[in-house]
Amino acid sequence: MKQFIAFVIKETKHILRDKRTMLILFGMPVVMMLLFGFAITTDVKNVRTVVVTSEMSPRTQQAVERLAQSEYFVITQTVNTPREAEQLIRSQKADMALVFVQNRGMQIMVDGSDPNMAQQWTTYALQTIAAPNSQLSIINSQLLYNPQMKSAYNFVPAIMGMLLMLICAMMTSISIVREKEKGTMEVLLVSPVRPLMVIIAKAVPYLILAFGILITILLMARFVLGVPLAGSLFWILAVSTLYILLALSLGLLISNVAQTQLVALLLSAMVLLMPVVMLSGMLFPVESMPTILQWISAIVPPRYYIETMRKLMIMGVGIGEVAHEVAVLAVMTVVLLAIALKKFKQRLE
Amino acid sequence: MIKYLIQKEFLQIRRNAFLPRLIVAFPIIIMCVMPWVMQMEVKNIVVDVVDIDHTVESQRLVQQIAASNYFIFGGQKATYAEAIKDIEKGRVDVILEIRDGKYLIAANAVNGTKGSMGSAYLSQIVTSRQQIVNSQLSILNLYNKGQNYKLFMIPALFAIVMMLMTGFLPTLNIVGEKEASTIEQINVTPVSKWSFILAKLIPYWLIALFVITVCLLLAWLVYGITPAGPVWLIYVLAMLLALFFSSFGLIVSNYSDTMQQAMFVMWFFVVSIMLLSGLFTPTRSMPQWAYLTTYINPMHYFIDAIRTVFIRGGGLHETAHQVLALAGIGTLMGCWAVQSYKKNS
Repeated sequence: MKQFIAFVIKETKHILRDKRTMLILFGMPVVMMLLFGFAITTDVKNVRTVVVTSEMSPRTQQAVERLAQSEYFVITQTVNTPREAEQLIRSQKADMALVFVQNRGMQIMVDGSDPNMAQQWTTYALQTIAAPNSQLSIINSQLLYNPQMKSAYNFVPAIMGMLLMLICAMMTSISIVREKEKGTMEVLLVSPVRPLMVIIAKAVPYLILAFGILITILLMARFVLGVPLAGSLFWILAVSTLYILLALSLGLLISNVAQTQLVALLLSAMVLLMPVVMLSGMLFPVESMPTILQWISAIVPPRYYIETMRKLMIMGVGIGEVAHEVAVLAVMTVVLLAIALKKFKQRLE
Repeated sequence: MIKYLIQKEFLQIRRNAFLPRLIVAFPIIIMCVMPWVMQMEVKNIVVDVVDIDHTVESQRLVQQIAASNYFIFGGQKATYAEAIKDIEKGRVDVILEIRDGKYLIAANAVNGTKGSMGSAYLSQIVTSRQQIVNSQLSILNLYNKGQNYKLFMIPALFAIVMMLMTGFLPTLNIVGEKEASTIEQINVTPVSKWSFILAKLIPYWLIALFVITVCLLLAWLVYGITPAGPVWLIYVLAMLLALFFSSFGLIVSNYSDTMQQAMFVMWFFVVSIMLLSGLFTPTRSMPQWAYLTTYINPMHYFIDAIRTVFIRGGGLHETAHQVLALAGIGTLMGCWAVQSYKKNS
């Protein structure tokens, strides 16, 4: 046990010695939380609108004024022909044009390159221009859990999933490979500490570090971004710890497979980044993907973690509602850890 | 002299068991898989109906929802509380309650876009029968007539692949030589800083040329999507972006002591540059302070320009501003890369 603690202290010193990496490790989550919380939004805002008309009739005037007053649209200029407006949109000086053709009413011309935004812009424009519709009053709409539609509610669980996974995997993936590359692994292996202990001792400081990052993220989410922690804090921390263990196991596995630091880093930073960002449901909803990709996304661990955190943190459900996801995460951890340890032993023989 | 240095870089890449495979396989896999993933269309929204009224009218509405291609009918629930349970389990996104001829739409808005669009579509269905269609008003969608999300996202994928390939590889290059101590040997030769850095950059530009060609070919072969504007302009833009990212990678490499440190720094910048570029989310919706960063974000210029060329069919005239900005930032970074390389440690 004493040897083990000595080993943990040795590893901790390795980490603490590198001041710049430490700074990045804690700086990165803070900056990313701010970016995601405030900067990255899909709201409709500041849509640059061009008005195409040769003369202003009272009806035109009214529609333009309604748009200009709303917070969603900015009227940038008035041109004479639809062709000019199209040219402005093509060169990215405008997003939308309001075309008034004499005796033929009104046309909304929109930059359709992003279908989603184009649809939202036209919907908003129609609602803004149209007179208040009396039919709408029999419908009562309610947005549950996130009435102000803050993007942070959706992104904070996602960023937790991404950061914890990548930081843990990147940190641990390099720890064993570096010893291999430098030739110091032999020294460690002839020491009286058992190989398994060497690995665990390497993982412990990262576990503590990741936990520190987790706490930082949660504090920022609560007090800076105003994201609720509706569910039980105990379960949020417990599931997160399980997830950190999973990420560490994945890092160990990469470390055992890779022969050089270069390969380990490219694997954990570049190759792993894509499935984590793309297939986890962080930016793109899993249910819109083709079935085969939905199956592939079933083996991407952050998918379950992000889902669990969205439910526990934002919706505030009990642990029973997420039992399925937690079980999957637990099984994944055990399997990854088992493979990682097995690979390690094989290498020794 | 520089010829031999470039030859050496290529030998180093080729001798590595992993790098050549990564360079070939990565763009192909990304281009074949990712366009299917990046579907931000809101569809397959599951709706639970709580029908208290049980009128013919409400039955017809349920059928209409089930027939719509936005929605999947989740089932009839006896009470609102039962439906809420389904939302908590994550099985259902929207609840429609019909009581006394009034409609209550409750949407799970944890994902704001999905929640609001889901409830907007649903209220459209509910009101559609009473609404008089305004024939005076028409909507014209420019450029992306089929509302194809892939068309919008493929230029973004070019950007991501270029960024990862020409950004991460040089980041590990010089610092790798530092860690292996082979850089000492270069430092004692009479090779100038300029030719040393240039020899490091050129291979990545060639890789970038290869990558963008593969991407364009795959977009055409797999998805049948071809650029609406001039192809040469796409190459120019790609090379300018490669100039920026490869120089930036070398700068990070020059300033770092270990590969791990270099990777963390690069990773941080890559993710921030990517997220703030307007690649996934509109930059105009950002708060002012964040919008200011787009003026120095080369990815923002690139993504604007390539979408103009690729989707909107613009030429050099429409993208002159972005091309100039990219060239300026790239040149600046190239000079910095040379400047920051120290021959004496």
